[in-house]
Amino acid sequence: MKKSHILSLALSIVTCAGLLAGCTSNTSSASSSQEASSADTIKVGILAPLTGDAAQYGIAASNAAKLYFDQLNEAGGINGKTVEYILLDEKGQAADAVTAYNNLVEQGVTAIVGDVTTAPTVAVAVESASANMPMITGTATASTVTVDPDTGAVRSNVFRSCFIDPFQGEKMAAFAFEKLGAQTAAVLFNTGLDYSVGLKDAFVAKAEELGLEIVAVESYSNSDVDFKGQLTNISTKTPDVLFCPDYYQKVALIAPQASEVGLTATFLGGDGWDGSIEAITDAALIEGAYYCSGFSADDTSEAVQTFLSDYNTAYGEAPNMFSATTYDAAAILCDALKVAEDAGLTAGTDEYKAAVIEAIGNTDGEYVTGHFTYDDNNNPVKDAIIIQIVDGKYTFNCKF
Amino acid sequence: MGAAIREKGDSGTHRVSICVSPCIHLYYKYRKGRIYLMLIVSQLINGLQLGSIYALVALGYSMVYGIIMLLNFAHGDIIMVGGYVAMLTIAAGVNPIFAVVLAIAACMILAVVIEKVAYTPLRSSPRISLLITAIGVSFLLENLAQNIFGANAQPFPNNKIIKTSSLNIGGVQIGVTAIVTIVVSVISMVLLTFLVQKTKRGKAMRAVSEDMGAAQLMGINVNNTITFTFAVGSLLAGIGSILYCCTYPQVSPTMGSMLGLKAFVAAVLGGIGSIPGAMIGGFAIGLAEVLVRAVGLSDWTDGVVFAILIVVLLLRPTGLLGRPMTEKV
Repeated sequence: MKKSHILSLALSIVTCAGLLAGCTSNTSSASSSQEASSADTIKVGILAPLTGDAAQYGIAASNAAKLYFDQLNEAGGINGKTVEYILLDEKGQAADAVTAYNNLVEQGVTAIVGDVTTAPTVAVAVESASANMPMITGTATASTVTVDPDTGAVRSNVFRSCFIDPFQGEKMAAFAFEKLGAQTAAVLFNTGLDYSVGLKDAFVAKAEELGLEIVAVESYSNSDVDFKGQLTNISTKTPDVLFCPDYYQKVALIAPQASEVGLTATFLGGDGWDGSIEAITDAALIEGAYYCSGFSADDTSEAVQTFLSDYNTAYGEAPNMFSATTYDAAAILCDALKVAEDAGLTAGTDEYKAAVIEAIGNTDGEYVTGHFTYDDNNNPVKDAIIIQIVDGKYTFNCKF
Repeated sequence: MGAAIREKGDSGTHRVSICVSPCIHLYYKYRKGRIYLMLIVSQLINGLQLGSIYALVALGYSMVYGIIMLLNFAHGDIIMVGGYVAMLTIAAGVNPIFAVVLAIAACMILAVVIEKVAYTPLRSSPRISLLITAIGVSFLLENLAQNIFGANAQPFPNNKIIKTSSLNIGGVQIGVTAIVTIVVSVISMVLLTFLVQKTKRGKAMRAVSEDMGAAQLMGINVNNTITFTFAVGSLLAGIGSILYCCTYPQVSPTMGSMLGLKAFVAAVLGGIGSIPGAMIGGFAIGLAEVLVRAVGLSDWTDGVVFAILIVVLLLRPTGLLGRPMTEKV
């Protein structure tokens, strides 16, 4: 009984506050946010799905962002100011993400880490454009996150720290040509999967640019299990490498059939190959294959190993790729916040946000998943991690 | 050989090079032709391998239709169950040969149980009720599997049964699985033909499919014969299931649905109800699929298969070898 009284009281207060905020925000949003972020803290929002289908991604990503902010604050914050983060659950839904974003704005945040999956991230990106809110996602790979698909205009306030899908196709073509010395390549792709088509297009374009000869491009549809016809065609062309941009379930079907038709080309793949050793019956069939990934726990560099042990200490489990790229997103954002702080701007103001956005765009530094700079579409230009399957294990090959 | 000729051409006189260069040309033409020939042979084998699995499954459709006029759409899902049983028993450490036998037995038992529980009570009701029941059983099996094993595809331990490897026969690379699949299927079909044509059981099956009432009057146990037909059909499905899983080493709850539909098309193409028709239809669909892929139209594979179904139904509903239907008065 008592509890419900308190609850209803709290609800009415929240409603009033919301109404008041609604009244004031039009007239003086800058001053209200100034009040919200007191002099010695900088407020940053984190958006992630903590419940629902995408929860496992959201938890991994938000844990990493929290870890970075906690570490930063422990080390003295930004110019002595503490970064105060507010984490809101958006349940993996676009509508909830927009509500959560508006809630964060009312609480006076000056930048956002997130969102995690593509659809909510795009929704928040659209919503945040008018406020020019700096926003950086660690995980949303679709090109529409940073570029409006209707107008082709770049969403200037939105960045990401993961690479977009087609980028992997380019990387693998360059890797095959420059590192493996391949002269001829074949592609077998899934016409029913945007991811696969995107990687294929980028691979073929880059290969043509480099002079890597594409001897065969074969396709299949999403429900197919028989690829022998295509693989037999490919095998008569004896390519040096075979690029298969698909997820691990398909890899587990393609590899044995390739072996049966006597195809000896080296397999190349995208990050969808992660998990193929577990999915395939005989890992010897994909022995020697290369694929690219955003992160590898086997990377021996100090930054990666420190991150691994810190994350493990904080959460008692190993971080995944989502954690690593979101950790970098938080780090890149905080480095940009420092630029704005150094310039003596006030957190929450429009000039401050503009300075942060400019600073993210000018990023040029080493982070956990590699060296970052940004291109004109606010996508990172960074090294991919090449993983090779050796002795039935995922093995870190190189940063490329 | 080409290099030797060319050397001669280079160092020799004009006369020599004039008479040698057509030889080189011919040689390269021969080599190119040989590559095409080998490609065609390889693709034919791919088609036969796929086709023999379709044929095994199509036989089950055709036999059941022939005897009780039922399109048993649960037939494809029996294959899925066979795949899971083989996977689980091998994972449990059972000897692979024994596991294969167990999987095939499980298919047979399941089909007989389905027949007794779901189809027998409806034998005198309209055909459409039976058809809807079959679709219901199909969904039941798929969803049960999804609940028990999850929706994701799981690796099938094919290398415990047939190790993935290939042989080079006269320059043509042939997978061991392909050879085993084609040989096992052909043997199964020969044995089936023998069973149907030469044994008393087979005679009873033919009699029941000809006229159920008359067969009963002649003292044939119709119920037993129908059950036997289901058992034999699903025995073939079980064999097909193992061969399918060895070629495409993955099991998933929905793996049987597309395979079942395509086998159904094969059965219709051959003439539903006809045993040799199902075999021919199966091989024809397999070869057609691989042909479509081989010419680079792989996106159209499923479209072509179902277009065949439509064309057959429009132009020759009884299929290639089906009996012309005569209305019973």
